[in-house]
Amino acid sequence: MTSLDLPFVFMVLMGLAMLAYVILDGFDLGVGILLPFAPREEQDLMVSSIGPFWDANETWLVLGVGILLVAFPHAHGVILTALYLPVAAMLIGLIVRGVAFEFRVKATGWHRDLWNHLFSAGSLVAALSQGIMLAGVVTGFADGAKFTAFGWAVGAGLAGAYALLGGTWLVIKCEGDVQRKAMMWSRYAVAFAAAGVAAISLAMPYANPGIYAKWFTADNLVRLAPLPILSAAAFVGIWLALGRLLHGKSRKEWLPFVLAVWVFVFAFAGLAYSLYPYLVVDRMTIWQAAAAPESLRFVLWGVIVVLPMIIGYTLFSYRVFWGKTRHLTYGA
Amino acid sequence: MLADPLLLARVQFGLNIGFHILFPTISIGLGWVLFYLRLRWSRGEAWVPHAYRLWVKIFALTFALGVVSGITMSFQFGTNWPGFMQTAGNIAGPLLGYEVLTAFFLEATFLGVMLFGKDRVAPWLHTLSSFLVAFGTTLSAFWILALNSWMHTPQGYEIIDGQFHAKDWIAIIFNPSFPYRLTHMLIASALTTSFVVIGISAFQLLRNRTWEPARRLLKTMVIVAAVLTPVQIFVGDMHGLNTLEHQPAKIAAIEGIWHTERGAPLLLFALPNKAEQRNDFAIGVPKGASLILRHDAEAELVGLSAFDGKHPPVLPLFFGFRLMVGIGVLMLGLAWLGVWHLVRKREWPLWQLRAYAAMTFSGWVATLAGWIVTEVGRQPYVIQGLLTTADAASKVPAAAIGLTLAAYAVVYGLLIVSFMVVVTQLAIKEAAGEKLPPSVAEEMAAGNA
Ligand code: HDD
Ligand code: HEM
Ligand code: HEM
Repeated sequence: MTSLDLPFVFMVLMGLAMLAYVILDGFDLGVGILLPFAPREEQDLMVSSIGPFWDANETWLVLGVGILLVAFPHAHGVILTALYLPVAAMLIGLIVRGVAFEFRVKATGWHRDLWNHLFSAGSLVAALSQGIMLAGVVTGFADGAKFTAFGWAVGAGLAGAYALLGGTWLVIKCEGDVQRKAMMWSRYAVAFAAAGVAAISLAMPYANPGIYAKWFTADNLVRLAPLPILSAAAFVGIWLALGRLLHGKSRKEWLPFVLAVWVFVFAFAGLAYSLYPYLVVDRMTIWQAAAAPESLRFVLWGVIVVLPMIIGYTLFSYRVFWGKTRHLTYGA
Repeated sequence: MLADPLLLARVQFGLNIGFHILFPTISIGLGWVLFYLRLRWSRGEAWVPHAYRLWVKIFALTFALGVVSGITMSFQFGTNWPGFMQTAGNIAGPLLGYEVLTAFFLEATFLGVMLFGKDRVAPWLHTLSSFLVAFGTTLSAFWILALNSWMHTPQGYEIIDGQFHAKDWIAIIFNPSFPYRLTHMLIASALTTSFVVIGISAFQLLRNRTWEPARRLLKTMVIVAAVLTPVQIFVGDMHGLNTLEHQPAKIAAIEGIWHTERGAPLLLFALPNKAEQRNDFAIGVPKGASLILRHDAEAELVGLSAFDGKHPPVLPLFFGFRLMVGIGVLMLGLAWLGVWHLVRKREWPLWQLRAYAAMTFSGWVATLAGWIVTEVGRQPYVIQGLLTTADAASKVPAAAIGLTLAAYAVVYGLLIVSFMVVVTQLAIKEAAGEKLPPSVAEEMAAGNA
């Protein structure tokens, strides 16, 4: 294993963990963001659709940050101190959202309403902060009013994209009235998400000359053209698929969600291509930030043995709760 | 002083980890209690589902609080102690990484099945999920305490260009203080949980004397506590001896020994006086400290003045330690008294139920006191003797730390209060005799037949 480019391997692993996180917790947060649009009696069902999964989904974030810390300790401190405030805002959002899962079903009276509101507020704050963090990473933590505005725009776009994932997830997991509403919400969310992806794709090259050079040469434009074209096609596809479901012309309830995941994969690929090989744009590459090889090798063994098991029992848990959501009980 | 980023970073980290540890302490113990109840389920005793229903709800709540505050912790190493990650990342990173890989995914995934899957999977699979959740929480304590113990008693590393490199992972994980710290913490968790269950059950009995689930659990947990408290005291003593060997300044501060002396007394109470480097109003057992720590009444104990100013502050250690030990002794008394009652088959006297109810969260106090002794006792170092806290700290402006510190403090304060209120309400509701769902009631009836 000595010839292996360990920092590269860990960069790929970190990327995959982050991608898993945004997709998996993305639909959880999206359901939270959509919650206020539903009446009280439907909210319980919406939360039930994510209840058994959210904790494990959030763990992918811990793994992503964990790999940043394990494999790139030099970048870990630089990135997290530069993003100090949005990280804190995200954490408080996740704290409030996470405990609201439990408190909202155990509290009574107005406390219950309060926890429902906190559930959505926490989800929204977490999504916005993650967008602001992403904007910080792609602009190399640049300061100024322009970049602040850009950050909020990315935040709004990401919140929209999460709402899209959440809405299309509900289309799969719910029936009847809730499902119809979810289809409508998802159609609005498509617009938000598409605007967000477009904004970040256009702004990034202008914020950073290095990224500009990577995309806008004749050769590269042709080679990379499939990325934007397929993303756009996926957005159109979601819109059409939702329309067909709404008009009863199709029964492929899973299609919009799968296409939404597709959009995330493409957007992620574009980002990864733009940033590579930097962890801190123009300042620190993965090799400069990497931990010592003996430490990486020690962890890699763990990853090789344990990651397949994690994937296995994750699939198992999704199978246990397969099918339309019912109200959750503790079984006693 | 309020503008000092180092101090703020320390307070913030202390606040976060202090909040976090409250919940793992209960999750670890309660996970095993629920596994026990799940195993008993098949015997068809009607009290079991009632007990299970209450405690699984409390467990889910505790777990959620542990998870969200834990996620905060995993960011705080980077935000508050970048210097720590840059110098010791090669060692800290992999240990934290193994915790995520082996423990966090396991407990988080099977938690879903354990909480909501009872009607969806075979009974043995549900029991297995319950086991895996409890096992996951314990495994996570293993890894994090390996790292924490290594920070107190580092070994198995070499320093190259100012950075720690791992030489021997077995030596790193099984460092000298690890066995003591892991055992002491796991028993602390069992005791804290025991007293939470004892306290809530007593509280239920005060409202409804015939509530069978509370009677049963109270009995079981009193016995558990009666067995484990003396073990904890024994392990704590061994832990102290180990610390004397590796961190003598910490012990000097705990015992309030300012100057090296022979036949040092065991102080029961005193007011350490930092300015004059001595204790006021001291009450103690003559030669006690020398006897306990060296097994020789005339043995010499090194005092703080021998450490050239590089020693921890005395006040928090001196009082933190006495608080922890005091609660330990109180737990011992109440648990043994309980067993005595059980042996004589007497009804619980009112005052005893009240005392138990008052002790509900006493384990939290002892645990926090213990951690403060341990962690403050390492000052001024983050890694004993090798890296100072000041060098590990972040360069984030004080205002940003202050702002987020205030936000965390408010959120945590509200959450603690909500937690206690909800736990109490759940206990009241359950003791009012709420019916079991029809399917479970049938299952129990079939089991009895
Ligand atoms: C003695 C035990 C112990 C100690 C000292 C710590 N933890 Fe912890 N932690 C647990 C025991 C635990 C646990 C029992 O595994 C948790 C608590 C809630 C839960 O109930 O799981 C958990 C949850 C938990 C999670 C969420 C995991 C999930 O998604 O399931 C994270 C990210 C951390 N912790 C991180 C930390 C860090 C960075 C710590 C050190 C500074 C730390 N914990 C100290
Ligand atoms: C779980 C229970 C724990 C509690 C209650 C706890 C408590 C504390 C407290 C109160 C401080 C502040 C001390 C001071 O500023 O004087 C501190 C510092 C610190 N602890 Fe812990 N700690 C715990 C576990 C851990 C673990 C598991 C680790 C590492 C793996 C850790 C690493 C640190 C570090 C890096 C500091 C910073 C240095 C400092 O400010 O002292 N702690 N802890
Ligand atoms: C009554 C006798 C006890 C003794 C003699 C004792 C001894 C000790 C000592 C010496 C330490 C410091 C270890 C270090 O050097 O870092 C410690 C830490 C600690 N104690 Fe105790 N203890 C006792 C009871 C308890 C009880 C009842 C609890 C909780 C229910 C508890 C929980 C803790 C915790 C959580 C720590 C920090 C973790 C660690 O370092 O192990 N202790 N104890």
